[in-house]
Amino acid sequence: MYRYDQFDERFVRERVAQFRAQVKRRLDGSLSDDEFKPLRLMNGLYLQLHAYMLRIAVPYGTLASRQLRQLALIADRYDRGYGHFTTRQNMQFNWAKLRDVPDILGLLADVEMHCIQTSGNCIRNVTADHFAGVAADELEDPRPTAELIRQWSSLHPEFSFLPRKFKIAVTGAEHDRAAVKVHDIGLRILRHPDTGETGYEVIVGGGLGRTPYVGKVVREFLPRRDLLAYLEAIVRVYNADGRRDNKFKARIKILVHEIGTEEFRRRVEEEFAQLDGPTINADPEEVARIAAYFAPPAYEKLPAKSNAYEAHRAANPAFATWADANVFPHRVPGYAALTISLKAIGEAPGDISSEQMRLVADLAEKYSFDELRVTHMQNVVLAHVRQADLFAVWQKLCEAGLATPNVGLITDIIACPGLDYCALATARSIPIAQALSKRFADQARQKEIGPLGIKISGCINACGHHHIGNIGILGLEKNGVENYQITLGGDATENAAIGGHLGPGIDAKDVPDAIERLVDVYLAQREDGEIFIDTVRRIGVTPFKEVFVAKTHAKSKEPENAVA
Amino acid sequence: MAQPKRVPLPAILLANDLLDGDVVFSTGNGWSRNPAEALIARDDAAADRLEAQAKADFAAQLVVDAYLVDVSIDAAGVPTPRHFRERFKTLGPSNRPDLGKQAQYASAHPH
Ligand code: SF4
Repeated sequence: MYRYDQFDERFVRERVAQFRAQVKRRLDGSLSDDEFKPLRLMNGLYLQLHAYMLRIAVPYGTLASRQLRQLALIADRYDRGYGHFTTRQNMQFNWAKLRDVPDILGLLADVEMHCIQTSGNCIRNVTADHFAGVAADELEDPRPTAELIRQWSSLHPEFSFLPRKFKIAVTGAEHDRAAVKVHDIGLRILRHPDTGETGYEVIVGGGLGRTPYVGKVVREFLPRRDLLAYLEAIVRVYNADGRRDNKFKARIKILVHEIGTEEFRRRVEEEFAQLDGPTINADPEEVARIAAYFAPPAYEKLPAKSNAYEAHRAANPAFATWADANVFPHRVPGYAALTISLKAIGEAPGDISSEQMRLVADLAEKYSFDELRVTHMQNVVLAHVRQADLFAVWQKLCEAGLATPNVGLITDIIACPGLDYCALATARSIPIAQALSKRFADQARQKEIGPLGIKISGCINACGHHHIGNIGILGLEKNGVENYQITLGGDATENAAIGGHLGPGIDAKDVPDAIERLVDVYLAQREDGEIFIDTVRRIGVTPFKEVFVAKTHAKSKEPENAVA
Repeated sequence: MAQPKRVPLPAILLANDLLDGDVVFSTGNGWSRNPAEALIARDDAAADRLEAQAKADFAAQLVVDAYLVDVSIDAAGVPTPRHFRERFKTLGPSNRPDLGKQAQYASAHPH
């Protein structure tokens, strides 16, 4: 994985010293709260409901074991012994104290980590496919591209005060696991249909939040050498023309929508033509230097199938169940990628204790070339495990409560922190996830239902990606009570779609029943081998809506009936 | 001059401690982390005094995000915010009863 050079190292250290001085000046009154707030946000420090929250950047979700161990140390020494993985593949600590943050940043710098650009109106942490370098359907590893963009966008002097935050995702695979179509910019590495040259499809203006949009293809094929100049052109157009008069209309998606894809493309191409490409685009030598950090690890030559693995599967049904759900095929014979689910039944999605962090770090060191990935689904991946070692890894995971066999299933729920932590929330998310997880805990039933993504946000900002959940749940407030809107048919993949509303919002206690009714419609109507989202696509929202609305309506009528 | 809009009374004043981030409650002459020690303003004069404290202690780099919260008062005289958002601020994360004020202070148990 990428290692800091001297420049990176010095820069991050300087930022720590700078922030230490800023905190001091805030405390002695030489910086006002208004002056200090943007400074702390630039270092990933938010004030939440109960405490400060520190958001740590995990570039494209990749972590080394020593980095995860350092996070565990920080969790124990300065927080409450746990952390939370977010849908931007970052880690959040929920109980940081302002007085400790300079020291925490110092500990992060020790392991080449920081919190820079995890907040504010700048280019945020670049995300990528968590099976980068592993998946058989991958044309090219997206991480060198993501790293290049990270370097270009870090403290970009022109783009530190954009109209709003800006998120970029990259995939090099056919199947989109990085949700590139719902980012400000999504990049898909592809081959030119005629020349066979690799380049990028550039998708702009996707996004969730108040006005969700699927992104539009602005360039069907961008030669790789032009990447940074083209990104520069896009962000320049946005910086100049994006709206600054209204926070809710300030994202690039609104600009693309208001002026139309054609006009947006024209402006970008015009800007691109005027830019001095060679001074912006990365030097091919630098590109090669970065790419070398992501060279495949030293795999052993192994038979495609491990007899030991097969024998353990046959002898241990629980292991086989886990492997069926959590193991992903690796393109190198004899290896597998495995997902460690952070969705134990009844627990908060994405939370991980310091003890678990240490265990996962040890497993990565011993079995997976010292590297792990955080997924935007709030799970963790060990990307290169020998099939023969899977059983041993599973046993260790079992001991730590990390062997929940539910990846991609109905209890693999994405949930933002919601009103249990977040100052912007309108309702809680975590208890809804917990209730649903318990309701659908039965393993056989989960398997019977098959792939189904539930995503929950605690407010319209949509950090929990509810719009692109096959079933989306949005927590709002209605008459002083938490109220939940349900959407159906969202999709985060290459078939990206925004879910449609099913009807009026419902109370928290009614959510599990409502979701169960939707699942029942699917089970009754599905054709052979059809997964949930495909049934929704085939039969449409109406059959689901009918059940949903009829029941909700009946419920609201109940008191009257009781009187009559 | 028009009166600034104020929450209905009775109310308490809560804020976050600048250095620690913890939720703190005005006791009338200082700040406590214990919600049971919050001074309850029952009339405009008392609420005015709390607002003046909010302003002064914000200016003195003691607290941030200070605001009045309307409360109901139980038989034991303990205030509970009427809105669920602030109720969570006086309790802690609902999925982690081992954390936050609910774990620290007996009187902060959910009602
Ligand atoms: S979706 Fe809303 S409640 Fe959830 S984390 Fe984002 S801002 Fe907070």
